[in-house]
Amino acid sequence: MNELLRPSSVLDDSTNDDAAPDLWARFRQTTRARIGLGRSGDSLPTQALLDFQLAHARARDAVHSQADFVRIAADLQPLETIEVTSAAPDRATYLRRPDLGRRLAPKSHDRLKHGNWDICFVIADGLSAAAVDAHAAALVHATLPYLGGWQVAPVVLARQGRVALGDDIAERLGARLVALLVGERPGLSAADSLGVYITWEPKVGRQDSERNCISNIHGAGLSVAAGADKLGWLLNQAARLQLTGVNLKENAPALCAPEPAREPD
Amino acid sequence: MAGYARVVGHTLHRFDDLKSLMACASPRRSGDELAGIAAETDERRIAARLVLADLPLVTFLNDALIPYEEDEVTRLILDTHDAPAFRKVAHMTVGDFRDWLLSYEADTAALTALAPGLTPEMVAAVSKLMRNQDLIAVAAKCSVITRFRTTIGLPGRLSSRLQPNHPTDDTAGVAASLLDGLLYGIGDAVIGINPATDNVPAYIALLELLETVRLKFSLPVQSCVLAHVTTSIQAIERGAPVDLVFQSIAGTEKANKGFGVTLSLLREAEQAALSLKRGEIGNNVMYFETGQGAALSAGAHHGVDQQTVETRAYAVARAFNPLLVNTVVGFIGPEYLYDAKQITRAGLEDHFCAKLLGVPMGVDVCYTNHAEADQDDMDVLMTLLATAGVNFLIAVPGADDVMLNYQSLSYHDVLGLRHLLGKPPAPEFEAWLENAGWLDDQRRLPPWKAGSRVVKNLLEQAV
Repeated sequence: MNELLRPSSVLDDSTNDDAAPDLWARFRQTTRARIGLGRSGDSLPTQALLDFQLAHARARDAVHSQADFVRIAADLQPLETIEVTSAAPDRATYLRRPDLGRRLAPKSHDRLKHGNWDICFVIADGLSAAAVDAHAAALVHATLPYLGGWQVAPVVLARQGRVALGDDIAERLGARLVALLVGERPGLSAADSLGVYITWEPKVGRQDSERNCISNIHGAGLSVAAGADKLGWLLNQAARLQLTGVNLKENAPALCAPEPAREPD
Repeated sequence: MAGYARVVGHTLHRFDDLKSLMACASPRRSGDELAGIAAETDERRIAARLVLADLPLVTFLNDALIPYEEDEVTRLILDTHDAPAFRKVAHMTVGDFRDWLLSYEADTAALTALAPGLTPEMVAAVSKLMRNQDLIAVAAKCSVITRFRTTIGLPGRLSSRLQPNHPTDDTAGVAASLLDGLLYGIGDAVIGINPATDNVPAYIALLELLETVRLKFSLPVQSCVLAHVTTSIQAIERGAPVDLVFQSIAGTEKANKGFGVTLSLLREAEQAALSLKRGEIGNNVMYFETGQGAALSAGAHHGVDQQTVETRAYAVARAFNPLLVNTVVGFIGPEYLYDAKQITRAGLEDHFCAKLLGVPMGVDVCYTNHAEADQDDMDVLMTLLATAGVNFLIAVPGADDVMLNYQSLSYHDVLGLRHLLGKPPAPEFEAWLENAGWLDDQRRLPPWKAGSRVVKNLLEQAV
């Protein structure tokens, strides 16, 4: 037992500082977790309770917003884009029928011409249009420099889309790899979190264990630059080893790798 | 096997086979509707229950819902069935079995002795005939006790997992949430981190942080980084201080393949963890998470309803003597559990079914922002589960998991439940709190004063 953790009395272990500093200040810079909230008896203090309820209300509102694919297409130029929709016709159906969100609407089939591509990027709204609006185009641009000499398919913008929709799209396009960027379900402190799922030889019926995932790309999470660094590394490893999934272990030394600018070249 | 039928009023309800009967008897939920196997009407649901109530329990030994030849989980269930233990209830129908479970005769000793004689399908079937109150009353009579550095599951106690997740695995950020939780006396079941990215160096960095804090303050706790089982095995090979090996599991061979695991891989992982001999008062070294809907979401449910498939996952769990198992009940989303009513029911079913099978069950009382539920609903479920004797609950700072983007319980909630119901944490951990002088004369852990020396010292010392 560490003596420093022993109060002189449970009911009075305060220091003599009249103006007690916020002991959590140093830690609040390292996390958005709701630390050091204090207690009203065993419950949350009123302000903390209402802060939580406001965040929850906003997250629920965010689930039902629409991605701005017109602006994303403009941001992606000079890359070509193709807009498709899943078989889920609206949000309400999308939420209860994930099977429809994993398949293309028949009317979208003709938009995807078979070609010979090394990689296809798919941007799917998922459960957060805000994430896709904020980070998707920037992540694609930041990843391209890692793919020297690759044949990159037009970027597909998919409405009411889930992760496995990328398999259907990439198989029709004839791409050897798919990187599907998707809005992750909103949390209270991050309603704009983007995830990326990478699949080698995508085809309908692939299992989740055959994919690799990068999650939590948002302002207070993984930056777009760091996400692109990881994504570029994973895509090159996938192409080299000709696989993705649990057998492609990430031996990248750190999640937020330093900028590879000091490499002699 | 011929089908089943029952006339109710003027309608003849037919059920093609046993799994169809089970699915129709299940309480309504969106996942079974998504799979197209739910009863179309409320009357048909009750007709199925009337048939089920008259069905001999032994039927489930002779009519496998998922064929023995096709599925290693079915083979595990039938090959390890303890016939002598089953003899006590072998003559009963499912309805008789419900009545017996609720009787005074079915006490803790009787239920403990019976557990190896029960199959998941028997337990799932009887749960479909039980109201929420029945699920609570019978679960409260079950006792499943496990040990590593603390003893979890003792009667009259409530343990907790401290879950200090961080979106980029930043060690200072993880430490902040960890220290915050310790100040509420949380973490006697496990301090367990879901890593943002599954790789060996990140896994080892997080584990070493937990080990440093544990040793510095002589905490009687066990730690876990909830990566894929193959990551844990590699970390063990590199000499990392691994207490518990984690894996998500499901109730069919194909669904487990979706998670990248087989029974033999889990056996290999258990042996690797046991080889480290780090348990101080016991050798339960595995930690599993489950949840209704996992098999369906992997397209691997074989037409079986989601509550029954979930219960089969507990047969997988109990084969590896886990320290901890928990259902992540509201995490999966509204396509499987639509609203708070369905989440509440599923949480009570999962806890009851696991306990009856002899599995040390805890629950992550939780929901996502696209489900029709909120914190008021979690208050209800946590109180029901604590009354039912749940082994542990999961808690995060302010109920908000900033990595996995969902809401669980707050540290406040678990501490408040402990005080409300008079259920202290594991005895080893309670002794630590007492020796530290953190408990008041009513054995409560009171709020820390502004500028508390203890808080100041803890925050400055730890990292």
